[in-house]
Amino acid sequence: MNTLLEVSGVSVSFDGFKAINNLSIQIAEPELRAVIGPNGAGKTTFMDIVTGKTKPDEGRVVWGEKSISLIGMNESQIAQQGIGRKFQKPTVFEAQTVRENIVLALKNPRGPLDVLFRRGANDQEDRVRAISDEIGLTEALDQTSGALSHGQKQWLEIGMLLAQDPRLLLVDEPAAGMTPSEREHTTALLVRAAKTRAVVVVEHDMEFIQRLNCKVTVLHQGSMLAEGSLDHVTQNQDVIDVYLGR
Amino acid sequence: MQRTFMARNPSVMWFLLALAAFTVMVTLLSEATGSTVISTSFLKTLGKTLCLCLVAMAMDVVWGYCGILSLGHFAFFGIGGYAIGMWLMYERTRDIVVASLSNGVIPPTPDEITTAVGSQIFGVVGSSDFPAIWAFSHSLPLQLLAAVLVPGLLALVFGWLAFRSRVTGVYLSILTQAMTLALALYFFQNDTGLRGNNGLSGLQNIPGLDAVPQDTLSLWFFWASAVALGLGYVLFAWIISGKFGSVVRAVRDNETRVRFLGYHVESYKLFIFTVTAMVAGVAGVLYYPQAGIINPAEIAPIASIYLAVWVAIGGRGRLYGAVIGAAVVSLMSSWFTGGSAPNINLGFYEIKWTDWWLVLLGLTFVIVTLFLPKGIGGLFDLRLPKKGDQS
Repeated sequence: MNTLLEVSGVSVSFDGFKAINNLSIQIAEPELRAVIGPNGAGKTTFMDIVTGKTKPDEGRVVWGEKSISLIGMNESQIAQQGIGRKFQKPTVFEAQTVRENIVLALKNPRGPLDVLFRRGANDQEDRVRAISDEIGLTEALDQTSGALSHGQKQWLEIGMLLAQDPRLLLVDEPAAGMTPSEREHTTALLVRAAKTRAVVVVEHDMEFIQRLNCKVTVLHQGSMLAEGSLDHVTQNQDVIDVYLGR
Repeated sequence: MQRTFMARNPSVMWFLLALAAFTVMVTLLSEATGSTVISTSFLKTLGKTLCLCLVAMAMDVVWGYCGILSLGHFAFFGIGGYAIGMWLMYERTRDIVVASLSNGVIPPTPDEITTAVGSQIFGVVGSSDFPAIWAFSHSLPLQLLAAVLVPGLLALVFGWLAFRSRVTGVYLSILTQAMTLALALYFFQNDTGLRGNNGLSGLQNIPGLDAVPQDTLSLWFFWASAVALGLGYVLFAWIISGKFGSVVRAVRDNETRVRFLGYHVESYKLFIFTVTAMVAGVAGVLYYPQAGIINPAEIAPIASIYLAVWVAIGGRGRLYGAVIGAAVVSLMSSWFTGGSAPNINLGFYEIKWTDWWLVLLGLTFVIVTLFLPKGIGGLFDLRLPKKGDQS
């Protein structure tokens, strides 16, 4: 297992409030990792830093075999490096069809002129089919995605992430608002995806994390509190005090 | 998925057919073909309207599809007009000056001609020297190039600065408005060398075509405007179809999300902003010879706001909507403000449309916004099958 992403000594503060305080995390490839922590622990800020939405005040974020620094790159450059992100709230392009949403995400050249002139190559019906089969939306391909149910939108967004074919997948609360059977499907899909790539899941739901059966990182007040298997961290006294004990 | 561009965009074919039918009809009814139904002045109004439709379409692409509420696209239109106007005025004045000087005993030197042309053009602002900005005014190709490149470059630089700083929404609109105002003030100055508030005039006379009567000339410009509108429609329909259009609409709806998909949002916006500015310049080139005069008031911010109103009334996010909005509103505007609309006498008060037209326009805007949020163009949706049904 090689280290794919290395976050070391990162701090960021907003108006004096330290959202992330000297945080270090390493993610390997392939790996499935769960990040948990109470509200305000810095889970989303951690994702913001990795994806370039927030610039850290100090620390290093290093990516891949060549150890490229992600700090200073903009969001689209980082995404092109192979980092995909799923937001807490499903954010699909509701005015467009499911097919258009998937095609937008498909791994292809992203420059405006590439997209404008290389039209035939952009369709790639086979890949669209494969992804829509995986997320169970083949029937709905030509439907406007705004008409989908909440769960289906979550699916579509996961499908868009798969279409991007990223090396690192950052997933923020994937199971929120899903029925028990949909959760099961999501778990299976994430576990499968983590066989070939790195997947980081931010989640509140302990039962969901149990099912993922992976290494867990516990954040608290912007720093790492504990790391290890779920059994290991749930027995940690600090973790019990700040998170589970409540 | 393998179907041709036309088959995937049926509105293009319908639009071109309607435009062709309209052009033929107007041609047959115009004075140039011996009919008296459409007067030459009304023919010019129709030709100008087609140019306004073209710039409205550009506005629709930048606003309705890409979500940038630009309040500056009419300035690009005006720059195109000034660029062609400079050539028209220079060449025309030069022809007249040469003709009158050649009556003298001694043939005039080139210097004398230049001075005489200069004092003819710049006499109104108390000068006879050619400002540097007129350096290429003797050349039609160069001025035509400028009519497209100057708006394009201006949009490129302005857009690059604004989009790079992630200025969006209403702040961007204010910024474009400020750019328009600054340009208008710049053109108003006598020192700019574009005859200040007098503007450029006599643009309806095309140098070298003195023998062609105005009714024929007007018809030619009408045709040229129709061709430009048709080509513009195809160009824009091509740009906004397929995956590029999908990215652009995605930028409109959720810019941040598009960034995380790996698209460089700013490049896309810049592309749309610049291309539409260039098309606006082309529309201006065709409009002002039909209008005959251009002055800095044309560039004033209010013109660009009207442009947004046309697109909103016609229906954002569909090209034919912009065309309908621009045509309906600008034709109604010239009818009501031209004195042909009968005033309504209420006994105690007389409604004069020249005064009340703006109130009517405002009311129309409110009614359309409230009851037809998709604009007039949205009415077509009631008759067409839903998009999902066609595959």
